Amino acid sequence: MAKQLMKGNEAIAEAAIRAGVEAYFGYPITPQTELLEYMSKRMPELGRVFLQAESEVAAINMVYGAACAGRRVMTSSSSPGISLMQEGLSYIAASNVPAVIVDVMRGGPGLGNIAPSQSDYFQMVKMAGHGDYKPIVLAPATVQEAVDLTVLAFDLAEQYRTIVTVLLDGMLGQMMEPVELPAMRALPATPPAWAITGAAGRAKNVVVPFRLQADELEALNFDLQRKIADIARREVRFKEYFIDGANADKVHGDRAELIVVAFGAAGRVALSAVKAARQQGIRVGLHRPITLSPFPDERLSQLADEARGFLVVEMNAGQMLEDVKLSVGGQAPVRFHGRMGGQVPMPDDIAQEIEKLDGMTSRPIDHKIEGPVVLRAAVGPARKPETGRN
Amino acid sequence: MIPVEPFTEQVVFQRPRAMSATPTTYCPGCMHGVAHRLVAEAIDELGIRERAILVAPVGCSVFAYNYFEIDGVVAAHGRAPAVATGLKRTQPDKIVFTYQGDGDLASIGIAEILHAAGRGENLTVIFVNNAVYGMTGGQMAPTTLPGMKTTSSPLGRDTRTMGHPMKMCELLSQLDGAAFIARRSLHSPAEIRRAKKAIVEAFKTQMEGRGFSMVELLASCPTNWDMKPVDALKWIETHMVPIYPLGDYKTRVES
Repeated sequence: MAKQLMKGNEAIAEAAIRAGVEAYFGYPITPQTELLEYMSKRMPELGRVFLQAESEVAAINMVYGAACAGRRVMTSSSSPGISLMQEGLSYIAASNVPAVIVDVMRGGPGLGNIAPSQSDYFQMVKMAGHGDYKPIVLAPATVQEAVDLTVLAFDLAEQYRTIVTVLLDGMLGQMMEPVELPAMRALPATPPAWAITGAAGRAKNVVVPFRLQADELEALNFDLQRKIADIARREVRFKEYFIDGANADKVHGDRAELIVVAFGAAGRVALSAVKAARQQGIRVGLHRPITLSPFPDERLSQLADEARGFLVVEMNAGQMLEDVKLSVGGQAPVRFHGRMGGQVPMPDDIAQEIEKLDGMTSRPIDHKIEGPVVLRAAVGPARKPETGRN
Repeated sequence: MIPVEPFTEQVVFQRPRAMSATPTTYCPGCMHGVAHRLVAEAIDELGIRERAILVAPVGCSVFAYNYFEIDGVVAAHGRAPAVATGLKRTQPDKIVFTYQGDGDLASIGIAEILHAAGRGENLTVIFVNNAVYGMTGGQMAPTTLPGMKTTSSPLGRDTRTMGHPMKMCELLSQLDGAAFIARRSLHSPAEIRRAKKAIVEAFKTQMEGRGFSMVELLASCPTNWDMKPVDALKWIETHMVPIYPLGDYKTRVES
């Protein structure tokens, strides 16, 4: 299929339609509104359900209802709207029904602003709702990846009967890129056997997100934790650039000694910085988690065995940073570079942080391969590289 | 020999098919059992048991899914109309109803009920108004009467600081999406029969695709009212009915 130029939000909507979403419930909020608008046109065209809810609180509960009916259902929102949905998400998790949530993150806290941010890592990956549960969280870095992960989101949601979140920032939601869309899938012929469809010719089905007795509620929790563990074992996804022999470039040898960890749009910016730093001769690679939950902790722990240091880059105050630190487990220093409030980290700032990390962790000093300094050529004279490495 | 007439047995009264044999958790004198039975009888009479779907609330009737032999979901506090919307929009051929108390419907869930009615959402709401939060132990509800003592208005509801009762039938009947809105009471056999008719009419409204339907049922809560069950029924008649007049608030025939 030919590529076409599409805005992130609209590409996700079309991908969801092609993945067979049967119902969409949502509420307008920038910077995700184009997704809702796109659905308002396309879903009725296809005879599927679109409803603009009175609030995000109502939207997520409509999603809950449709999910209980065994229908492929989704909603989308942005950070403050997701905060409002947390109670409903907890009910969905307790009920083991599948649902896909798209969060196009913006700056916070409070009303914040509408500029791109990664401020929802905690509330999505850790889940701000009550109780012990974890969704699957997928973090695309390009519009194409957002399309692909949206399709995957529906598959995983149904396979595990779980919440799957596609977590992106306003920049990806708003940017246009060429994308190849998937083929249109057929809708499921019949709802699954557990669905709430009326007790016709069978015993009644109920969806009950509570257990009054402590032993029963603990049993429900154990089941949920087993599922989460199963997902963690099977569904970790990430992309690596210049890290080991398979994907390191030919010029600078095999294994990266410094690891930058960044997801989504920050991962994309970080890749530019990593490439620039490699031009300078620094052996640095990028690890970009695609599943923020389950987190690629085993892989990072493995990398920490040999890496000199880690740099985490995020568009927040250091949220994924905590998971990276847990994974590294003190085996190597972990530095952080973050921008907040809708600011996007610049490649040269990240490269400078890579240099700092290189300086503070290199042993012996002549470890570094000299290369041309090309950084910051566009923004002014190159600053003198930091000295005093030890 | 004298011929013996063959013995015949005729069942004249039994548990509705839509009702489970499960004993309820409700207090002695509670009206939920009566309200449940009326709903189950209506479902049986209309022949919709196999396509009926219950959305239970948070409150004493959170367990309602145990007492009906139909599919059911438990919604978060106040969100039953939204959950019902999700169920109904994806399965328009099913008969979806919520069963909600006054705290659930008229306080925390006020936005969801208003918008479900405003949209003309083709579902049915059974609203049980006993003027208190029952499950949490008798706190003031949005429907608590002026001067009425509760565990969170120990000196009585002072309308100057605690506001006035929320009159849901009066409110919802103003909305164009509402097709059938009625208030009944459960304080006497005659009123219970009238309540049953209204419930049947509400389900019929949905079956005919006419839009949003709600029946408010005035009910007692002897436990939290600190009254004997019979006194509590009398109190509905003498104190609640004057504030919450019975009757049909909206009857729209066309869809």
